[in-house]
Amino acid sequence: MAILEVEHISKNFEDTEVLKDISFSLEKGEVLSIIGSSGSGKTTFLRCLNFLEQPDTGVIRVGGETLFDASVRQSQQEAEIRRKRLHFGLVFQSFNLFPQYTALGNVMLARELLAKEQPDYKARKKEIYQEIEEEAKALLRQMGLGERMENYPHQLSGGQCQRVAIARALALKPDILCFDEPTSALDPELTGEVLKVIKELADKKTTMIIVTHEMAFAHDVASKVIFMDEGMILEQGTPQEVFEHTQQERTKQFLSRYTNG
Amino acid sequence: MELIMEQMPIVIRSLNSGFLQTLKLFFVTLVGSVPLGLVIAFGSMSRFKPLNCLTRIFVWIIRGTPLMIQLMIVFYFPGLVFHNQIWRGMDGRFTAAAVAFIINYACYFSVIYRGGIQGVPVGQEEAGLVLGMTKRQIFFKVKLLQMIKRIVPPMSNEIITLVKDTSLATTIAVQEIIWAGESFAKGSQGISGAIWPLFFTAVYYLVFSGVLTVLLGWLERKLEYFR
Repeated sequence: MAILEVEHISKNFEDTEVLKDISFSLEKGEVLSIIGSSGSGKTTFLRCLNFLEQPDTGVIRVGGETLFDASVRQSQQEAEIRRKRLHFGLVFQSFNLFPQYTALGNVMLARELLAKEQPDYKARKKEIYQEIEEEAKALLRQMGLGERMENYPHQLSGGQCQRVAIARALALKPDILCFDEPTSALDPELTGEVLKVIKELADKKTTMIIVTHEMAFAHDVASKVIFMDEGMILEQGTPQEVFEHTQQERTKQFLSRYTNG
Repeated sequence: MELIMEQMPIVIRSLNSGFLQTLKLFFVTLVGSVPLGLVIAFGSMSRFKPLNCLTRIFVWIIRGTPLMIQLMIVFYFPGLVFHNQIWRGMDGRFTAAAVAFIINYACYFSVIYRGGIQGVPVGQEEAGLVLGMTKRQIFFKVKLLQMIKRIVPPMSNEIITLVKDTSLATTIAVQEIIWAGESFAKGSQGISGAIWPLFFTAVYYLVFSGVLTVLLGWLERKLEYFR
């Protein structure tokens, strides 16, 4: 069964249609790359999945559970939305690390706050804290940041910041991890180190949705590629289908800029 | 010079008790205007248009007119218009001064707060939301310290200005240090025509603002561990 099902999502900002009838599904362990020019709605789509925007129509289901259905008037309780959000993780283009916390603090903060809601929190406080700390440290080591745990974001390079942000998102064990142009703010060298950890996550069968302009990366890592243009899915399929046996003229035109440049 | 040495003990005693009033006005103003400023800041950022407009007009009037005029209006207005002088005696004068100062400084602080609140990038809130944090948690655990860091330097400026602005209270005869200094020029406790006590008050201001500068500088450095 598909872990993520998206049906007929559309979204308007005042008069402009940003998303038009987006539908697709994703299997557990798959990596989906969304490509397309700026302003094609890729980011807005990720924001809809993470409940930062609310779609005007459509349904979003994760593991068979309907998280969002525009046709049903839902009581948009904050607690409810928070719970649903935890199915997804989001890594931002601009990292958005919390500057007053160390790398380790950034990874631990949300988990600690969530743990306080557990019924047995008071009784097992120390234990829970240690557990969270151990997991956070393991994640940072996995990101190659074992030596950087006590550093503050301003003491880290952009690539290191982004890897902290990835660890921070992973700490909550989301079903689906989303990346919004994770390397667009980085120079080519730093881009490489971030793509490397994303590739490692893909090898571990982490379900991911990656909005990216790194075509070679999308080609190598993704199991599925979607090309978006003007808020619509113009083409979707395996990397081979989209990159090598391109059907649509618009897609060819878009991809030619990357192969020629 | 000999004369000054003779006058010194009397003058110092008088200036000290005047400075006590200065300090009192300074701290009462801070304690009142720091929270009131926050209320005004939220008013000026309200999405409810009338409230938003009203607070912004209020801030404009207060920031656009001299504090000295505001002092006089607060002090004389009730007596002149309602024939009811509510500010009676020395305590009344002090209270009137405190009211004017608190309102005035709250408006300046509100603008600083607004800058601090709006200066925290939206991404911080979004990152918190995506991590399943509540709005409350995001405010207290993520945004608050970043706001404080942003507002400390401009607040320091205003606080140093407040030290010296307290001298305006002399215009409604609050017996603060300027009033005490001037009294020796007019004649008081057997000393008259002495202008040096007034000049000497500057030393008090200088020392006090020096202490504050050090304290606020320390706070600013405390917050330098992150950017």
